[in-house]
Amino acid sequence: MSQPFRTEKGGRIDRAEQLTFTFDGEELHGHKGDTLASALLANGIHLVGRSFKYHRPRGIVTAGSEEPNALVGIYRNGDQTPNLRATQVELYQDLQAISQNRFPSLGFDVGAVNDLLSPLFPAGFYYKTFMWPKSFWDRVYEPIIRSAAGLGRPPKNPDHDYYGNQYAHCDVLVVGSGPAGLAATLAAAETGARVILCDEQAEFGGSLLSVASASIDGKDPSIWVSETIQKLSAMANVTLLPRTTAFGYFAHNFIALAERVTEHLKDPDPKLPRERLWQVRAREVVIAAGAIERPMAFPENDRPGVMLAEAGRTYLNRYGVKVGHKVLVATACDTAWQAAFDLADHGVEVVAIADIRETPPDNLISIAKARGIRVEAGCVVTGTLGRKRVKAALLGRLMTSGQVASGGQVECDALLMSAGWTPTVSLYSQSRGKVVWDAEKGAYVPGKPVQKERSTGASKGLYGLQATLEDGYAAGEEAARAATGKTATFTRATASGGEAGNGGTLGALPHDRDASRVKAFVDYQNDVTAKDVKLAVREGMHSIEHIKRYTTTGMATDQGRLSNMNALQIASGSLERPMPEVGLTTFRQPYTPTTFGLFAGVARGDFFDPVRKTPSHDWVVGNGGVFEDVSQWKRAWYFPKTGEDMHAAVARECKTVRESVGLFDASTLGKIEVVGPDAAEFLERMYTNPWKKLAPGRCRYGLLLNDAGFITDDGVIGRLAEDRFHVTTTTGGAPSVFATMEDYLQTEWPDLDVWITSTTEQYAVAAVQGPKAREVIAPFIEGVDLSAEALPHMSVKEATFCGVPCRLFRISFTGELGFEINVPRRHGRMLWETLAAEIEKHGGTPYGTESMHVLRAEKGYIIVGQDTDGTVTPHDAGMSWAIGKKKFDFVGKRGLERPDLIAENRKQFVGLLTKDPKVKLEEGAQITTAETPATGTPAEGHVTSSYYSPALDRTIALAVVKNGHALEGQTLYVPMPDGSIPVEVTGTVFYDKEGARLNV
Amino acid sequence: MLLIYCPYCQVKRAETEFHCGGEAHIARPSDPSKTTDEDWVDFLYTRSNIKGVYAERWRHIHGCGRFFNAVRDTVSDDFLKFYKAGEPMPDLNALAAEAGK
Repeated sequence: MSQPFRTEKGGRIDRAEQLTFTFDGEELHGHKGDTLASALLANGIHLVGRSFKYHRPRGIVTAGSEEPNALVGIYRNGDQTPNLRATQVELYQDLQAISQNRFPSLGFDVGAVNDLLSPLFPAGFYYKTFMWPKSFWDRVYEPIIRSAAGLGRPPKNPDHDYYGNQYAHCDVLVVGSGPAGLAATLAAAETGARVILCDEQAEFGGSLLSVASASIDGKDPSIWVSETIQKLSAMANVTLLPRTTAFGYFAHNFIALAERVTEHLKDPDPKLPRERLWQVRAREVVIAAGAIERPMAFPENDRPGVMLAEAGRTYLNRYGVKVGHKVLVATACDTAWQAAFDLADHGVEVVAIADIRETPPDNLISIAKARGIRVEAGCVVTGTLGRKRVKAALLGRLMTSGQVASGGQVECDALLMSAGWTPTVSLYSQSRGKVVWDAEKGAYVPGKPVQKERSTGASKGLYGLQATLEDGYAAGEEAARAATGKTATFTRATASGGEAGNGGTLGALPHDRDASRVKAFVDYQNDVTAKDVKLAVREGMHSIEHIKRYTTTGMATDQGRLSNMNALQIASGSLERPMPEVGLTTFRQPYTPTTFGLFAGVARGDFFDPVRKTPSHDWVVGNGGVFEDVSQWKRAWYFPKTGEDMHAAVARECKTVRESVGLFDASTLGKIEVVGPDAAEFLERMYTNPWKKLAPGRCRYGLLLNDAGFITDDGVIGRLAEDRFHVTTTTGGAPSVFATMEDYLQTEWPDLDVWITSTTEQYAVAAVQGPKAREVIAPFIEGVDLSAEALPHMSVKEATFCGVPCRLFRISFTGELGFEINVPRRHGRMLWETLAAEIEKHGGTPYGTESMHVLRAEKGYIIVGQDTDGTVTPHDAGMSWAIGKKKFDFVGKRGLERPDLIAENRKQFVGLLTKDPKVKLEEGAQITTAETPATGTPAEGHVTSSYYSPALDRTIALAVVKNGHALEGQTLYVPMPDGSIPVEVTGTVFYDKEGARLNV
Repeated sequence: MLLIYCPYCQVKRAETEFHCGGEAHIARPSDPSKTTDEDWVDFLYTRSNIKGVYAERWRHIHGCGRFFNAVRDTVSDDFLKFYKAGEPMPDLNALAAEAGK
């Protein structure tokens, strides 16, 4: 099939294997070894997308991951991944690609009207254009901007791929496999050091795969690459990772790599992940990230067909693709001349080499002359013609005055440009190194290493093949010696050709056009022109950080690797300050766009967070129980019978508990075993309550504060023996209470002889609550007298349940006679099923967390974290009784004496009854003194808990209200959208105020 | 991700095994009732939060569970010293000078 721009021979593609693919539905052909970009170019397609803001036609500019324009969507497995760089997408049979940011089609895009309206969209137009009228923002401007924003369309379905994760350690990590990286890898590997080499490209070799005019050890550089890779693959101490981007350099030489495992394959093994995250801890790092070529900022430098010279050379020598039939080369740098020579050698007509330098090197001129190429020195491109593809370029002659005189027009179907080279310092910058300005090279280069790394080759501004190889060997040796202390002798390759390129320019180029009418792009992807940068300075942006954000230059996915230096120079000129004083914005992770899937790894769906289940879980499922999530736990919420909704189920459960008996799974409560001669002393210091006089066999409610004096947790604590306590905590607070105890014990009171152990998972707990609780458990309990006299409220005894040892608490969170039976976790299911069967005989019911909440609210028992919010003291909560007044110290004691904590007007815990017993307040609703408060009136407090109470047959609520304890009997208001709700302030105990039901 | 040395386990492990406990050597007064309100607020809330070398607490929460202290340069994240809880605070200036900070 015809690929009109494919060379006759050469390149690293497999000409025997032809692949079919589609671009916007059009069937095209390429070869194995192509990228999507090279295959499109082989078919003569430069136009691949529309630009972000002005919807200008855009073509492929680079051959690498810095590509700003050729962002495409790829269909795979029924879904589309947007914004992939065509320069990195490897071709496979039946690949389906689409262009982006165009409607209705790439060739005809109505959004292109923006280009004609471009005077309306200067830098910072968001801040200027959409200001008035204010009401238009929500309804008009924002929807329009949102629909116009972005390039690709997000995928419609959840990500069907999965992602791997791999931790790795190595002595030396080498990033980049060009000449410097390969030499460094060889040098380090020869010492026996464990080396990882990664490269973002599919093939190792970097720039060596694109040179046609150099040799290493007398061989073609690509042959040397193959031999070197062959040698390295055979070494057990070397790991080679192609298609792997080092995207983040973090503290302590921790480097994150993204390996693309299957995306280049048509039918990958389904067992393989799409991508794999490598988390590498390297003793030493060698950064051999190379350099990238800078675009020239001349008018209309974004016309499809205008691309970087090195990209043109790469497409030719590596992919066997001619970027055009008539090519103009515009340059400020020697290396682009080589691109022109290589193209000429493949029969491409090079219409001219326009070098802005007055006197380019003589040897280059004579080589050009020998090939019959027209050379224009002191010449700039001042514009391009053509709509969807460049068809001619305007030349301008630089005069000594600094003005430009028209130099005529040349026809061309491709324009290769080079403003020189920019070292890739991104990883160095991420490692927290500070780049330094090298005036001679006209570039920022890595300064002092901050971490254990060194840059080598072009990434530190060193060019020329032999020099790069030598530097790479030295960097690899040094890294290995630093990591392992070992050295080795080995033979080093020598190169000829591939001389260092000199020359370069920065900033906007002079031209003879009407400056107000032309656009010279600095940042292609974000549509930022040279004019925008100047405008930003005129409008008062003097810091490069402000200029960047105002214009969005350098904020595209390449983080300004293409645009920063030109933008900086323009800013520097406008500010009349030298470049180094203008500074450079910081490069941050990730180096190239990285998928969310890579970071999520397996932590999604069921694996996002551990799910904790209690021993009753399966029984609850089997009996139609509904679950709610409480931290990581699945807890039974309510148990609806046929035809019951939640309200009906909860009302029935509550009524049954009050009238006969209920069964509740309390296994999730935190449990901590506190043991040792100083156990009582330790609890005395941790909790507000006194513990030393608590008799073994008795329990007490414990209140835990932080040292600021605020309630952080609570729970019942039972004393099993002189030196042993069974502490319970809230479900959600279990880990933090344990950590807090450890903290005080280890760091403040190391003298105490106490051990604490989390036993949350060791016990299954069933709570049997209600007037018939004693009858229900009696048949199964042995070893303890259950009578009220022998086992009063707030007692704990060790006994057996069906022969299994248990800790039997007589405690209540419902206000009814209650027992909590703790058995070893493995007997939890037996415990639950035995009791579930028994309560049924007594007309009882299992109940869930919702009924538990209602029952406790009827009794005014707080739930820490619901009725308290980290600013509530025991006094505020009406629990001054829980404070051991005679204690010398406890956590929070001093805090409670702080002036703010004893001040008037603190919010205090109260009950609220709506005047209309049917109206249920909303939790979180604000409370005011005025029925219809004026706008801006601060609230007096808020509702913390609100329920329908079956026992009272009316609604009840708990709240915190300023000075609430003094307001009992008064009327306050809860203003809601449908009107203000009058409420009466009451005490917090709504049911059985005397507690008679507990002591039966 | 930081690389942290546990002086009890005597191993270097990734940060994910540890939990940072904030600034070190802030002792809880032995008789809080004798402290002034200002001193108590300082104890509760005031931290040096410096740019540079300082001592902080770490707990090897997914290892031995012990608290220990570390001297870290908050600019570079380099650790200059790890030591057990209860040991005195090292001379931070000397450590900084030694490390060329």
